[in-house]
Amino acid sequence: METVTGPAMKGALEYIGLDRISGPLVVISGVRGVGFGEVVEVVPSDGQSRQGRILSISEDVAVVEVFEGTSGLAQPTTRVRFLGRPFEIIVSREEVLGRIFDGLGRPLDGGPVPLRGERRNINGLPINPVARVYPQDFIQTGISAIDGMNTLVRGQKLPIFSGSGLPHNDLAAQIVRQARLLTEDEGFAVIFGAMGVRHDEAETFRRSFEESGVLKNVAMFLNLADDPTVERLITPRIALTVAEYLAFEEKMHVLVILTDMTNYCEALREVATSKGEVPSRKGYPGYLYSDLASIYERAGRIIDRQGSITQIAILTMPDDDITHPIPDLTGYITEGQIVLDRSLAQRGIYPPINVLPSLSRLMSDGIGEGRTRKDHGDLASQLYAAYARARQVQRLASIIGEEDLSATDKLYLTFAREFHERFLRQGADENRTITRTLELGWELVMLLPEQELTRLKPEEIERYGRIKRLAVSH
Amino acid sequence: MESTAQQPHITMISGPVVKARPAHRFSMNEMVEVGDERLVGEVIDLDEDLATIQVYEDTTGLRPGADVYAKGLPLYVELGPGLIGEIFDGVQRPLEVLHEKWGDFIRRGKTGTALPRDRVWQFTPSVRPGAMVSPGEILGEVPESQLITHRILVPPGVQGTLERIVPEGDYTLDDIIAVIRSTSDKIHELKLFHRWPVRKIRPYRERLVPSEPLITGQRVIDTFFPLARGGTAGIPGGFGTGKTVTQHQLSKWADADIIVYIGCGERGNEMTGVLVDLPKLLDPRTQHPLIERTILIANTSDMPVAAREASIYTGVTIAEYYRDMGYDVALMADSTSRWAEALREISGRLEEMPAEEGFPAYLASRLAAFYERAGQVVSLAGKKGSVTLIGAVSPPGGDFSEPVTMHTKRFVQCFWALDKELASARYFPAINYLQSYSAYISVVEPWWTEKVGSTWRTLREKTINILQEDSRLQNIVKLLGEEALPDDQKRIIEGARFIKNDFLQQSAFDPVDTYAGPEKQFLLLDVILHFIERLADVVKARIPLFRAMEPPVVAEIHRLKFTQRGDDPGPFRSIKEQIDKEINALLHRQDS
Ligand SMILES: Nc1ncnc2c1ncn2[C@@H]1O[C@H](COP(=O)(O)OP(=O)(O)OP(=O)(O)O)[C@@H](O)[C@H]1O
Ligand SMILES: [Mg+2]
Repeated sequence: METVTGPAMKGALEYIGLDRISGPLVVISGVRGVGFGEVVEVVPSDGQSRQGRILSISEDVAVVEVFEGTSGLAQPTTRVRFLGRPFEIIVSREEVLGRIFDGLGRPLDGGPVPLRGERRNINGLPINPVARVYPQDFIQTGISAIDGMNTLVRGQKLPIFSGSGLPHNDLAAQIVRQARLLTEDEGFAVIFGAMGVRHDEAETFRRSFEESGVLKNVAMFLNLADDPTVERLITPRIALTVAEYLAFEEKMHVLVILTDMTNYCEALREVATSKGEVPSRKGYPGYLYSDLASIYERAGRIIDRQGSITQIAILTMPDDDITHPIPDLTGYITEGQIVLDRSLAQRGIYPPINVLPSLSRLMSDGIGEGRTRKDHGDLASQLYAAYARARQVQRLASIIGEEDLSATDKLYLTFAREFHERFLRQGADENRTITRTLELGWELVMLLPEQELTRLKPEEIERYGRIKRLAVSH
Repeated sequence: MESTAQQPHITMISGPVVKARPAHRFSMNEMVEVGDERLVGEVIDLDEDLATIQVYEDTTGLRPGADVYAKGLPLYVELGPGLIGEIFDGVQRPLEVLHEKWGDFIRRGKTGTALPRDRVWQFTPSVRPGAMVSPGEILGEVPESQLITHRILVPPGVQGTLERIVPEGDYTLDDIIAVIRSTSDKIHELKLFHRWPVRKIRPYRERLVPSEPLITGQRVIDTFFPLARGGTAGIPGGFGTGKTVTQHQLSKWADADIIVYIGCGERGNEMTGVLVDLPKLLDPRTQHPLIERTILIANTSDMPVAAREASIYTGVTIAEYYRDMGYDVALMADSTSRWAEALREISGRLEEMPAEEGFPAYLASRLAAFYERAGQVVSLAGKKGSVTLIGAVSPPGGDFSEPVTMHTKRFVQCFWALDKELASARYFPAINYLQSYSAYISVVEPWWTEKVGSTWRTLREKTINILQEDSRLQNIVKLLGEEALPDDQKRIIEGARFIKNDFLQQSAFDPVDTYAGPEKQFLLLDVILHFIERLADVVKARIPLFRAMEPPVVAEIHRLKFTQRGDDPGPFRSIKEQIDKEINALLHRQDS
């Protein structure tokens, strides 16, 4: 094995020849003086350099994952350069916002490669829990099912669990268009990270950003469906590194959209399988949880820093199965989830949000007096209780028929219908205020007899409900 | 080359696992430092000439050939004043100190000591020179927080004649406060703290059978699935079912002296939430901020995985240490599944033969060994203390038949099964009362009947009967509707609804409802059952049940949990009277 120290790359070690090529991995022996996790340049004889990363290293063998894939690499002639540093990108506000990059952070828009700025390791560092600020600023998305029942707050990580063909992209785009804080409007940015999404999907997002006039505040990192799969392991980390810089150095409120995390996980599985690792559930590696956490935990707020990172990851549940490891482990890490439902979508309801499995864990601190309204928490809880009961009644009605239901149960059926048609259903451009959403909620719960409203306090019913009852009965 | 051949060095790196050679310098579970940055690790396997080390920090950039240094002692924690109110990572690095030193993000490398050396403690000795002292004996006291008096113990393994002890005064952890000469003439210089290996259970004199309840202020737990001091409990549940909120509730309201809360592979913001809440909340018994009795261990999901494995042991060792001072300690581990997964990840990198679901075959024995560290004991110094262990379990897909839940079930005495369906209807705590159980009911019964109410047992049994009958009837209702039931069965369903809504459901976020003391629990249940019993009269009189839901007292019953704290039985008594009055009026109207 020949070793040359490349004159062009100071400090880099260069080797020629690969011992083995297996899936996205290459194995090089006789390697000395390189470190775990460092970046590698793999140069086939055509000179088109590819990037990779050291997955494991022993005294003489290095295993490297090649982001752009190994196709076309020849064992004897491929050169491998060890750069002696982790994967880094250069971040700055001017050279990144308003731009489009590929999944490894290289410009796709014909613009210059970012050069002036800060060099950052894309893996980031864990935020010290002592340094975090508990997120509690309400973000109004204008969508009733979210604002009313699964409130988003600034600095939260709240993913969308979807299924193939469901309108998760429309929903995410609507959130981007409409999301604003009730109190202030400061510097904001949107970072869009795409992993294995179709061309037209990425384009739809771009157009939606353009139409709402935010494009100059957006940076897009695109790994598209026909781009190399292993590259997907890098894309979200680049997106988040940029987001961290903008949030915590440039004091911006950053919304990060990551789509589709299912493609990301599949890339991770591919690498794990090639390494011959012992799989855990459904062939995914045992460290899928930790790996996903290293992405999702990069959200939040920090003491004495003004910016924030709010993360909306989108994933498609294989077979619409919420217990599949990808949504399951995601739900175990994120601060709730918005779940889209095929049967609602089939009934033509947009957004088809099934509120029952949906959750916002940061809701209780983000709502209430001084934030949204005092009755918000109890009203949301009552809507949940009533809707859960209404769904049971619907099941019963499908067995015994509507006629044989009790008078109260019939009211629950009406409630379910109204909930779907008036509360859930809204236009793709319909931007409801939180007050409007709460009003709608009250109109719905007042369809039910008062003794059913066990989650509401009598004085709340007095104050917000009675008027609705009058309005309804007229 | 010769000299470095003797110095152990790295031969392989794969994530948190590093191999080093030669191995003869190391012993099993020895603490080591790896590479120029001296990353902390632990020897977890010795095979001929190769040592396997799990590294507690990120290994990026580490190179084969780098030196590995043996530290000569197993992974330990520092035990002494300065633990209370602090937050540490999984290997006891103080996060506040890290924050001051490195800023908002956690870096790797050397950090100094776990406990501060510059802080001054006021020590008051309680033994005189010349006395014979034995392991675990109390040498003196230090006021550690407003709530906790820290007793300075003779470390296990040390005994002899007290040659010297410092007078009352201010000392730092570096000062020698006592000198003991052992029978074999060995001199032990003692400080306010000592070290203890985390994987070794601390010795005690005698293990007792748990006999008192640990009151949590959570009605469904205390009244139906009670916990005992020194007991064990598992809380399994899918994501979002309420494991963390339940554990937070327990760390706020449980009537233990000390709380150890371990965030093991969970969210950063949840630890922040605890850090924000606890200094503001007052202990309902002492009126001091709850942080004054709490120790936090945070190894969040984005922190190194090997330290996550260690965090559980770091926590339980600290818990045992306060137990040895004679305190009742309650430890929450959220989540033990993340700890098990850390085991699995390391085991996978070691290429061990996996057993179920990729977990190593020793998963069950490790879980057993962890829960074995719970117990009520008489300490070496003759003091009664306890460690209660409460572990959250996060089953993949919410499926309780997976290995961690199954094995946990074998080793815990309380099982609080959380239910996805209840959680999705926002029915909290989402503890499924048909699947949950507690083995401590007969243990706590004498306490309740003596201290709270002589009818506790019958009250509880009647309630359970109604709930069980209700769940049987619900199966019929699902098929035929409630209308199909006769009125006496409707009464059961209606009654169960009161129990579920007005007793079992408890909001963690309501300022009054969040904590219910034993008296309130008893009084509230007594009112509800009284109402349900009176409903029987309504049914007997052939009055439609819905008429019994109309009197104003019904709304009063619903409000009770939000308005009364239970220190005054008056309002409960008058509601009972009001029930009688209004139901009697209903019956009377029917008669005439
Ligand atoms: N006792 C309670 N009172 C009110 N709300 C509750 C209660 N318990 C749980 N919740 C609600 O349920 C949400 C989820 O609870 P929690 O975070 O404890 O779930 P978890 O089981 O720990 O989930 P994970 O496994 O993902 O960490 C909370 O954010 C809160 O809104
Ligand atoms: Mg939790």
